[in-house]
Amino acid sequence: MIEIDQISKLYAGKAAVDSVSMTVETGTITGIVGTSGSGKTTLLRMINRLVEPSSGEVRINGEPTSSLAPHILRRRIGYAIQGHGLFPHYTVARNIAAVPRLLGWSKDKIAARVDELLDLFSMEPSQFRDRYPAELSGGQQQRVGVARALASRPDLLLMDEPFGALDPIIRSRAQDDLRRIQRTLGSTIMLVTHDMEEAIHLGDQVAVMDAGRLVQHAAPAEIIRAPATDFVAEMVGGVERPLRLLSLIPVADITEDGPTDGEAIDPQTSLRDALAMCLWAGREALPVARPDAPPGRVTLDAIRARAADHQ
Amino acid sequence: MKAGLILRLVLIALLLALVLRPEWFAFAFAPFAPEGGPVIYQRASLLSLSLSHLGLVAAASLAATVLAGTLAILVTRPAGAAFRPLSRTITNLGQTFPPVAVLALAVPALGFGAGPTLVALFLYGLLPIFENAVTGLSTLPPSTVEAARGIGLNRWQRLVRVELPLAFPVILTGVRLSVVIALGTATIGSTVAAKTLGEVIIAGLLTNNTAYVLQGGLIVGLFAVLIYDALVSLEVRLARRLGLERKGR
Repeated sequence: MIEIDQISKLYAGKAAVDSVSMTVETGTITGIVGTSGSGKTTLLRMINRLVEPSSGEVRINGEPTSSLAPHILRRRIGYAIQGHGLFPHYTVARNIAAVPRLLGWSKDKIAARVDELLDLFSMEPSQFRDRYPAELSGGQQQRVGVARALASRPDLLLMDEPFGALDPIIRSRAQDDLRRIQRTLGSTIMLVTHDMEEAIHLGDQVAVMDAGRLVQHAAPAEIIRAPATDFVAEMVGGVERPLRLLSLIPVADITEDGPTDGEAIDPQTSLRDALAMCLWAGREALPVARPDAPPGRVTLDAIRARAADHQ
Repeated sequence: MKAGLILRLVLIALLLALVLRPEWFAFAFAPFAPEGGPVIYQRASLLSLSLSHLGLVAAASLAATVLAGTLAILVTRPAGAAFRPLSRTITNLGQTFPPVAVLALAVPALGFGAGPTLVALFLYGLLPIFENAVTGLSTLPPSTVEAARGIGLNRWQRLVRVELPLAFPVILTGVRLSVVIALGTATIGSTVAAKTLGEVIIAGLLTNNTAYVLQGGLIVGLFAVLIYDALVSLEVRLARRLGLERKGR
């Protein structure tokens, strides 16, 4: 568990981060969203003390971060940034091994960990181990950057706009990969982004920052349904709110019995996608596959009712 | 590539022959020697002059590299940033003093011989190395430096494992410039009795013997060209290892 307690950062008397408190549960992803200058990156960098807080405290599993030397603390916290920050003079394997080497792991243990991570990120170890970062594509560099941040099984992974430099298609693949890997490893992740879509898509919790303050910290559906301020409402994007809400709900939630025809869709498909399919095909209902029963269906009416459910 | 290699081998062979077997070239230099005068310099062995010349250059460049490099590292740390203008002034001063003036000023203190030449070459060599090292260390890719801090390298580890290796090709460019300047400048050391290839040139000037001047100048020139070339290929190889030229493969 990560506890951020009344943390502030003043620059020339002006608060970049103003008395922010929040708690992050182990094994969850928290998306920190805000506009430029909202203090979200400063907040993140105070957790691994790349920026020293002016006041307040951060505790990781009850232990204050101020009890360790900064570079020792950082070896326990993974850090991945926009533009990956890989060491160009190290091979992929040596980049990933950077923190385990600092921690004095044995050679065999490091080599095994490197191969394990490359496998996890769908990069064939024998093919990628000895390459240099400049020989990789942008998406591969980004994956190696995240693999490096995860190498020592850190208590916490901090990510600052990790997908910011990727094109939209590669980015959505990278997001899905991150989600899958986070589920596999049970990592605790705090991710800074300016993209509400990304925070909603990835986060178990979303924290919205505005002018140095934490204005709302809640589950994505809650943020969409009941934005705490006008600013949050604007971030969730006014007219798109019902669609964003639907994108969080799988069709399995509102599948009912009833006759339909055609090929059944996956029960994890989001309601937004199901809605789009209905509209595109001009249908009133779609068949949904069910693991332990014959296919059910999801109707346009049910989707509509769910979208209006927030009132 | 192949032509370049052949040219290099030819130049090396020519240089070795000029230093070890100067008499082979008597026919070529004869037209430039005064009537009935000596054609080939024989007052000292060209090999020992060359070695002493290279030794002086190496010693001065090494000292300049160590000092300028250390200064550059210090002024690119946050704590040393305030000293950057001062260090720049000092190294600039070394460059603005003509080496001849340094020789003249140093002789009373250090006597005749290699000492004043070493001082002049050392001072003259500081600036290019310092400037390049500062540039190299202060223009590292920001995301790499940030990541190095973020994953928990301490200051020393960042310097040794990340900053210096990445800045090394740029620093080496400064060393190369400095070495090549020193190779040429060392010749004037012979005016204060340092043993360098300048001795041959000066003897030629004093006796109106163009053959000597050509002989000395040719050897110094060949050394400069070959050493320059060797350092350039070292830089290219390092840059390639750093992945700086791998893009687009």
